[in-house]
Amino acid sequence: MAQSQGWVRRYFKAFCKGFFVAVPVAVTFLDRVACVARVEGASMQPSLNPGGSQSSDVVLLNHWKVRNFEVQRGDVVSLVSPKNPEQKIIKRVIALEGDIVKTMGHKNRYVKVPRGHIWVEGDHHGHSFDSNSFGPVSLGLLHAHATHILWPPERWQKLESVLPPERSPVQSEEDCLQGSP
Amino acid sequence: MLRGVLGKTFRLVGYTIQYGCIAHCAFEYVGGVLMCSGPSMEPTIQNSDIVFAENLSRHFYGIQRGDIVVAKSPSDPKSNICKRVIGLEGDKILTSSPAGFFKSHSYVPKGHVWLEGDNLQNSTDSRYYGPVPYGLIRGRIFLKIWPLNDFGFLRNSPNGHRFSDE
Repeated sequence: MAQSQGWVRRYFKAFCKGFFVAVPVAVTFLDRVACVARVEGASMQPSLNPGGSQSSDVVLLNHWKVRNFEVQRGDVVSLVSPKNPEQKIIKRVIALEGDIVKTMGHKNRYVKVPRGHIWVEGDHHGHSFDSNSFGPVSLGLLHAHATHILWPPERWQKLESVLPPERSPVQSEEDCLQGSP
Repeated sequence: MLRGVLGKTFRLVGYTIQYGCIAHCAFEYVGGVLMCSGPSMEPTIQNSDIVFAENLSRHFYGIQRGDIVVAKSPSDPKSNICKRVIGLEGDKILTSSPAGFFKSHSYVPKGHVWLEGDNLQNSTDSRYYGPVPYGLIRGRIFLKIWPLNDFGFLRNSPNGHRFSDE
């Protein structure tokens, strides 16, 4: 009788000890190092979700790479939506601070990206709620860098940081003045 | 001897990781102690005051007008700013000087807040860089713990007239 009670108590103590170690470590890992997420929507077609609503891609989100807010043009990143803080959106970085962007559908034809901000766009132009709608986003909203597609297995691949050539930043002020209609 | 040292090192590393993770969870989800610098929130918060910030309001979207929040700076994500929330999304904000003849208003866009320091003459805030996305807010400051002669909950804004017209 006494022996079986002792067993329960030891089990309970071991469980608590494991719990208070495992939960903070797991939460810190998912917040600071890496996590996975399912992508929804068509704004990054054909790079992500080419099958539409039939199959959603699952991507690996790497927090560690953006811990110092360093991103390159062409990276696919996830960020907190500026219009809805409860939602995260996944887009491609088109321009960094100081670049001049030729916009598609924004109220200004040319926008210079301010200090501490980036310009993001979805690959599927016209079906994407991105910087062409809400302007440059602050780097503080950056959540993670999407590096690989993990599911479905036939779509296992590394997401390349490729900037579409027609979206490269405008080189100088003179190009803007010559190009505007 | 080597095995003893190795064993001790692994245990030390293990404890460091464990307590580091508990600290991360505490700061991220509960709250922490911060030191504020700069004159932009005088007289409510002076330079080098130590305050206690809680992060629960941010996660449950309970930030209200009049709260003092700490947020990431819109132009420098590695530094933090400490300001008061003057307007939430949809509020009408007075952007011109209240003593001026022509008053100009603007509306705070969806998903953003309008922040101003209590020391209006000496504060770089939303009047300079525009509305701030809600996602940049890190926590709400509600208790001052140093200096001890000023210990306690924080006062209301000394600039009552900056709040939106009802």
